[in-house]
Formats: sequence, structure tokens, C-alpha cells
Amino acid sequence: MAPPSTRRTGFSKRAQYGTFFGYIAAFAGALLGGGVLLVSILDKSAFSGVRGIAADVTAPAGTAVAASRGTVHDFGATLYGWATWGVTNARMTRELELTRVRLAEARATDEENRRLKALLGLREPAAGSATPPLVFARLINSTASSLRRFATISAGRNQGVTVGMPVRSATGLVGRVLEVNGSTARVLLITDPDSVVPVRRARDGLAAFASGHGDGTLQLRLISLGINPLKPGDVFVTSGSGGLYHPNTAVAVVTELTRDGANARVLSDPTASEFVAVDPVFAEAVHMPEALVPVVDAPPSTRPRKKKAAP
Amino acid sequence: MMLGPAAATPRINRAPSPLIARSLPWLVVMFGSLLQTLPLIASAPVMPPFGFLFLVAWRQLRPGLLPVWAGLPLGLVDDLFSGQPMGSAMLLWSATMIAMDLIEQRFPWRSYLLEWAVAAAFIVAYLLFASAVAHMGASGPFVGVLMPQLVLSILVFPLGERFVAACDRLRLWRFRVLP
Repeated sequence: MAPPSTRRTGFSKRAQYGTFFGYIAAFAGALLGGGVLLVSILDKSAFSGVRGIAADVTAPAGTAVAASRGTVHDFGATLYGWATWGVTNARMTRELELTRVRLAEARATDEENRRLKALLGLREPAAGSATPPLVFARLINSTASSLRRFATISAGRNQGVTVGMPVRSATGLVGRVLEVNGSTARVLLITDPDSVVPVRRARDGLAAFASGHGDGTLQLRLISLGINPLKPGDVFVTSGSGGLYHPNTAVAVVTELTRDGANARVLSDPTASEFVAVDPVFAEAVHMPEALVPVVDAPPSTRPRKKKAAP
Repeated sequence: MMLGPAAATPRINRAPSPLIARSLPWLVVMFGSLLQTLPLIASAPVMPPFGFLFLVAWRQLRPGLLPVWAGLPLGLVDDLFSGQPMGSAMLLWSATMIAMDLIEQRFPWRSYLLEWAVAAAFIVAYLLFASAVAHMGASGPFVGVLMPQLVLSILVFPLGERFVAACDRLRLWRFRVLP
């Protein structure tokens, strides 16, 4: 039997009007949705309050379950580890010996660096990434079906988090705070296509911008164009230009070259990081808030400040 | 397991609850939207938009149960949790409900494959529009990134329909009526 049509309502005036107003409401709803969409595209923080309440409400459940995520994620790695532990152990022992020597050398270089900087009279930021993080938080969830890459962390206004603060895990940069709610905050991950992070090559300070692809990889765009000097395996760290991210936080490692840069893999995989640290905004942490002033009148946007990165 | 009104022995003193019969479709779709906040950290969009899948499934299995304007309130709930710009689901879900109504008027006789094809078309259109909205003005098509999610959503849809059908049986569960 063909399904009965909901439009044929018979002679009942009440049913006829009900159907008619239903359609009116449907079209009005579509128009209203379009209007809201337009507003939220033009002003990205327009509805953050409503979303914030929703995120705060669902946070406790997320925090409870997030504890087991690391275990599940590591299951495959555990199996693999059982099969290869002997070889790995030998290799790691060898590497550890080498690393100890390198570490001692690096300490010496560090010391020398400090002396030379003092000689130059440079205003030393509080030892760069050695600034104590503002708060540690749990990474609760991320948008799972939208192309936008947001995550929610379990710290918010009550813990002193404000908009713009960089978020990092033990292995590298995760993103920056975009919206702050009472006990949670929404983080723009560096893999979001709208996120731009000023970076430099760890080896020689070659400056570039890292923006997300949306699928967990990054696109590195070099600032000075020409012959592409990148190689797979190059490690990129934040450069600190722009005043948001602390310099020398690890970001990505190059996997394949493109015409004007490279594709890179994120070092701090958000799926594997359970706890993250929220740092104060770099320029304020080193008592140079004037570094952020010239761009204050720019309209709020999801992009970090684009500035010419110093090599 | 005996569920629903079609239980073999109709017993006296039992009647479906009008509250559950009316509200369950709405609750199921909102539950689907909430699934997006599962404590998973995804580095790419892979999770099917369950709220949208459940909405389409309800609309196809029980036409007329959700009114035509249901896309607006349900889309509002989805927008709160999806990370899309506010209003994108409100607009797209409303448009979906209207378009599905038109399709039902035009093709009253449908087979299951046709239903699936229609749903797949809606899912593809929804995800493409949603990604276009999420990256207004950004460069490059994101079809490559979306492809796994598209395929997964289309394949998962019959399972979502099964779930909705089970909920539909639960909807008319006969509760004991107090005299």
C-alpha cells in the first residue's frame, strides 16, 4: 500500500490549517537557520555562550570516559611491542648512550647561549618554554563529524584560562584556546584548516607557516619562495613570532614535499594525548604585552596573527 | 524478546504512553547529535553525522511522525554540539525535511534500495554543504578529506535505520495503566 499522503487532509478545516502552517513553519525555519548561519559566519563568536553551556553540561561524562582512551589507543602498540622488544631494547640502549653525550653537549651550548645573550643585553623571555604552564587539563573530546577541528579541554574561566592561550601536550603543540566557558574551553587544533602557526625549522630557523589540512596533517608554506630546501624528516618548532605561541614548542615533522613547501605530520597527535598544558600567551608571559597591541583593532578571527616571522 | 504493540497475547490493562509515543523520535535524533561529543579525539572527520542519519531514518520509516518543521529545533541541538557554525544544521536539516516531503509526494511507491539511494544522496549533499559552510572562503575542495566519512555514513545508514526501527517498536510499548 502506498503510504497515505500527509497533504490530503480531507474536509477537516483544523487538519488543513495544521498542515498549511506546518509548511509555513518549515520554510520559516529554513530561513531562520540561514539567518543564524549568516550571523555566525560574519561574527564567529556570536553564539559561543549557548555552545559553552552545552559543552559545560556534557563535560563530566566526557572526562570520566576519557581516562580509558589512552589504553585503548595503545593496544595495537602493545601487541607490536611484544613482538619486537628485543631489537628495540638493544637499539634504545645504544641511542640512550649517544643521547646522554649529546645532552651534556647541549647543556654546555645552553650555558654558552645564555652568556652570549647576556653579553648582547637581550631581554630574555623567561627561558622560553620553561615558563610554568598555567594549568593542566584533560582533553575531553573533539568534533568528530564536522570538518572543523575543535577540541574541548577540562579547564575554563574558573581555572584562569583566557582566549588565545596556547595548548600543548608533552610531545608538542596541540592548538590554542578559542572560546572559554565556565569549566571547559574550546581549542582550535593546529590541524584545523583555518589555523595558521608561525614555525621555523629546528635546525636552522627557516621560517614557514603551518596550516591544517583537516585530516590530521599540516601544510607547511615557506615564507621565502625559491628552491624548496626542505627534506623529509625536518622538524619544525614554533617561532614565537606573532606573540601567541611560545618559541621552540615542537609542531611537526616533514613527510613529503610539495611545490611551495611540504606536507607534515603533527608531532603531538591529539588522539594519543590525554593531558595537555595550557600556557599563558607568550607576549604577556614575557611582559611584552605591547607586542599584541597593533593588531587589537583587527576583527576577531580564528587565525593567529599573521606577522612577518623573523628567521 | 517481545516488544511493542504486536505482542502475541494482547493483555488488558496495558496502553502505550502518549508522552513516549510523541517524544521518542525527537529524543533519538537528539541522542544522535550528542553522539558527536563522544570522548573521541579524531584527527579527521570520520564519524558519521548520527543525528542527521536518525532524522532521515525516522522520516523514511514513519513519515508524518516528525512534522515538516522539525529540522529547526533538532538542527539547533545539533549545532550546539557539532562544532559547525551555528545555524548550519538548522538550515540544512529544515531544507532536508522539505525536500524529503517533496520526494514522498512525487514517488509514493518506493523500494528499499531506492530509499537507501535517496538517503545516500541526502547524506552526500548534507556533508558537502556542511563542509562548504564550515570553510567559507577557504581554499581548495575538501572532498579528499571527506571521502572516508561519506562512505562510512552511507554504509552505516541501514544500521541506523535498524536502530530507529527498534526504537519505533519501543515507542508504542504498552505500559500498565493505573485505574
